[in-house]
Amino acid sequence: MNLTLKIWRQKNAASPGCFETHEARDVSPDMSFLEMLDVVNERLIAGGQEPFVFDSDCREGICGTCSLVINGIPHGSRKGTTVCQLHLRYFKDGQTVTIEPWRARAFPIVKDLIVDRAAFDRIMQAGGFVSVNTGNAPEANALPVSKEIADLAMDAAACIGCGACVAVCKNASAMLFVAAKVSHLNYLPQGKAEKDRRVKNMVSQMDKEGFGNCTVTGSCEAVCPKEISLDFIAKMNRDYAVALVKGELKKSAAGGVG
Amino acid sequence: MNFLMKIWNSSLGKKYIMGISGFLLVFFIVAHMMGNFQVFLGPYWINTYGQFLHDRHEILWPARIVLLTMIVLHIWSAFKLRAENRAARPVGYAGDPASFAASYASRTIMMSGIIIAAFVIFHLLHYALGVRAVNLTGIDFSALRDSAGRPDIYLMLLLGFSKWPVAVFYIIAVGLLCLHLSHGMRAMFQSVGWKWTFGGVSHLPDQIARWFAVVIFIIYTSVPVAVMCGFGKAYREAAVQHLAASAVSGKEVDR
Repeated sequence: MNLTLKIWRQKNAASPGCFETHEARDVSPDMSFLEMLDVVNERLIAGGQEPFVFDSDCREGICGTCSLVINGIPHGSRKGTTVCQLHLRYFKDGQTVTIEPWRARAFPIVKDLIVDRAAFDRIMQAGGFVSVNTGNAPEANALPVSKEIADLAMDAAACIGCGACVAVCKNASAMLFVAAKVSHLNYLPQGKAEKDRRVKNMVSQMDKEGFGNCTVTGSCEAVCPKEISLDFIAKMNRDYAVALVKGELKKSAAGGVG
Repeated sequence: MNFLMKIWNSSLGKKYIMGISGFLLVFFIVAHMMGNFQVFLGPYWINTYGQFLHDRHEILWPARIVLLTMIVLHIWSAFKLRAENRAARPVGYAGDPASFAASYASRTIMMSGIIIAAFVIFHLLHYALGVRAVNLTGIDFSALRDSAGRPDIYLMLLLGFSKWPVAVFYIIAVGLLCLHLSHGMRAMFQSVGWKWTFGGVSHLPDQIARWFAVVIFIIYTSVPVAVMCGFGKAYREAAVQHLAASAVSGKEVDR
């Protein structure tokens, strides 16, 4: 099959970018989208042209590295699928396909289709961890976790941190990502110790990075390759409110004693 | 103060302000709806209610101040959030695609809000302040009195909605209000973290938001629709004749 590709070309964050049109001729419908791009790139290299750079790693939909907006939708129009798992059989022969990088102020473009997602790493550093005491691992059965809580935490932990939620949101908001990470640890007993501090610090870092605000459109939930639910955002909103109020009470109590 | 600044400066805090101010405005919408609905009980009920509210300054003024504060906070946070959201994506996608999988109500929330604000200003001029120039009837609404000498709210509603452009604008505005609420209430519940399953209904608050908007639309629009269908026509025409007669006899000089 043949596709016409409109691909974003940008030297670096400082220079302006533009679309270039390339033909993907005689590609197999069984190829993944990234394999098709590999073929296009090899042909460009063979012709002495510069290939397009794009992110990819595991190519089996679990690492969250691939990050392409296809025809305006991050990871393409297939539900619960990353770009690397998107196959050409879902496209029509002769179709024109627009390929763009994630677009958000907090994700500056490195080159062509690669963006810098270090903002997510800084949010994780602000609170996406649990404290573990040194010494022997505790007895596993000493920490009971109900099936419901374990399931919820697992659903949240499914987030691969690809950033499609930011890319699709009309406000470039990172709420779904941060909510998944906060909820994952806040649901579990291991994460309880830093519960309030975690949500405050991660939200504060999210705001500092220049992401937008949540307007509950549900775009993120619809596009998320791991189908993370908006319910986690509600959970984070609740945890944040509790943390704000508790933090103030604690401070005033300490002030009273001091 | 520090606590309030923390709320104001955080993204989630501004959503709390937006949601809670909206929630208190919803209380007003319900109270106003219950007041309006008394029109169907006849002039005695609604005029007594109007007189009651008018005389209770200790209720009226605190309520007005709270309402105004909520409106200011609601609009302020809306524009602040909007500006931040715009800044978060300096370069858009090719062809400017519509927000993916987002409801019509969520995409148009700002526009519906602005039109509702414009309508509220008109509505206040029309009924609350009784500005004659905007009611299209040429009658001074603030001078209307019933048989007991009280402001005749019943007659004012009948006269107001007897002009079809006014009634149509009212129905459109209420429609937009319900569109605004169908998303706004859902977002409010989400922003404060209320998203439980209750009685086997998953996401009960979302369902409440949807049905609430529909009920509000039906009840609010029932008044202008009833008036346009001829509700209270005899009362209205008798009152208009009476007004014309008193104008001729020279009681009303301001013409």
